[in-house]
Amino acid sequence: MSKSSMRHPPIMHDPHGPIASARRIAAMIERYIYLIRGSWVRIVELVYWPLLQMLMWGFMQLYLAQTSSLFAQAGGLLIGAVLLWDILFRAQIGFSICFLEEMWARNLGQLLLSPLRANEFLVALSVMSLIRLAIGLVPVIVLAYYMFDFNLFGFGMALGAFFANLVLTSWSLALCSSGIIMRYGLGAEEFAWSLAFIMLPLCCVYYPVATLPDWLQPVALALPPTHVFEGMRGLVLDGIFDSAAMWRALSLNAVFLVVGYGAFRFFLRSTRVNGSLLTQGE
Amino acid sequence: MSASSAKSQVRPVAVTRLRKTYDSLVAVDDISFALESGSITALLGGNGAGKTTTIAMLLGLVEPTSGLIEVFGSDIMTDRGLVAHRMNFVSPYVDMPMRLTVRQNLSVYCKLYGVVNVAERIAEVSEELQMTELLKRATGKLSAGQKTRVGLAKALLNAPELLLLDEPTASLDPDTADWVRGHLDAYRRARGATIVLASHNMAEVERLADRVLMLEAGRVVEDGAPANLIKKYKRGSLEDVFLDITRKRRPRAPVEETAS
Repeated sequence: MSKSSMRHPPIMHDPHGPIASARRIAAMIERYIYLIRGSWVRIVELVYWPLLQMLMWGFMQLYLAQTSSLFAQAGGLLIGAVLLWDILFRAQIGFSICFLEEMWARNLGQLLLSPLRANEFLVALSVMSLIRLAIGLVPVIVLAYYMFDFNLFGFGMALGAFFANLVLTSWSLALCSSGIIMRYGLGAEEFAWSLAFIMLPLCCVYYPVATLPDWLQPVALALPPTHVFEGMRGLVLDGIFDSAAMWRALSLNAVFLVVGYGAFRFFLRSTRVNGSLLTQGE
Repeated sequence: MSASSAKSQVRPVAVTRLRKTYDSLVAVDDISFALESGSITALLGGNGAGKTTTIAMLLGLVEPTSGLIEVFGSDIMTDRGLVAHRMNFVSPYVDMPMRLTVRQNLSVYCKLYGVVNVAERIAEVSEELQMTELLKRATGKLSAGQKTRVGLAKALLNAPELLLLDEPTASLDPDTADWVRGHLDAYRRARGATIVLASHNMAEVERLADRVLMLEAGRVVEDGAPANLIKKYKRGSLEDVFLDITRKRRPRAPVEETAS
């Protein structure tokens, strides 16, 4: 005779404390890994756009190197900018898409009534953004080395500073967009895809800050990624790594993260007040 | 008094002067009730009476405008983390990730609720709910009845002491619905669990519930055992009582006995 699930309650972990918290975060990561593993289309999609971008800008750089002394001297200026921009954009999308998965699946209410805390959910989304970023970008970085002789890892320690600052900015943007989507529903889904692009013209991915009109330059310098892209150009063109600029970016990121986290908590509270957690989905 | 006996004496749910408004709409209007351990309580009422809002507030998913909800002695809005592992919820109106298999979904929820013996627990619950053959299938490819079964399995993974159900048998054929009711009743008896049920199915409520809270425009207008309400309204079924209340017919006056 089989055991009865009614008469034999499960053995349970202590639900409180950091270890329990880590278990719940791991469970959420497992859920998103199942999703990626379950569909080769998703894996291809992760690599597809970064690869396309890298190829287009790589060939553009080859062409410009033949016609411009600047690009001839500083190979990798464009392709480096593209790859760094992709770190920012893909990390934000990685976070936001995992959040959207819960909205599409009408699962957010189930999660938020379980022992999972909102902060644990956010940590899981952050870890997933890094995992998705690695799946998407590592093959592209390797290909950039073999096709265009550009080694992103050649930035050395500076790459760590660039990477950390770009990822922190991406999380702050993703926190805002996820909060807005949670509060206003899937009608606001476009925020997940487009929010990072607000920064694109201002954070000077492909040109120096000095190119911008004087009145716009303070706005650009208030954005953490601007310091990363300026730093990358300094390294490629002059071989100088401006560590002070990276600390400025880190300070700005601290402000961005506080604002992003505050926005997410504000929208979560607003969604609880509004009563839409059980009625979300398409 | 020992800690364990104090814990067992705390009421599973105590609601005090609960109110929820959305702008000018009053969804729940100053209701108070407490539930006894091991009871099945049905929330009844027409559409918009406040049943789902009340359940969502009990789960901590909707913030009350005012009032207090204590679940196992903890304020659900501020201390949900202390009691969330002792509760669970089933509704046909929420889903689980469609692309994951049933086993993957149950595994994730087992871990979220802190179950240690995950594989064993999934096997036990699936066997109990006669859905072992569904474990390998994608959740999105199941029929409505199968999804209900999987939703119930998810809700029983942590063997909750407080189980909340929002129309658990909606869209099920009579046979499956009857099977679900039987299982819920057996679960309550075996585990001594407290069950809160929102339903439009009066036969279901008559069969399962010890107590009915009849809601109208967010207020509790009747509170009692199904048999007592039927007696009070001098009707043959709870459905007739429901119609009397929603159509604002008062309980029939007692028939005077004539002396012969």
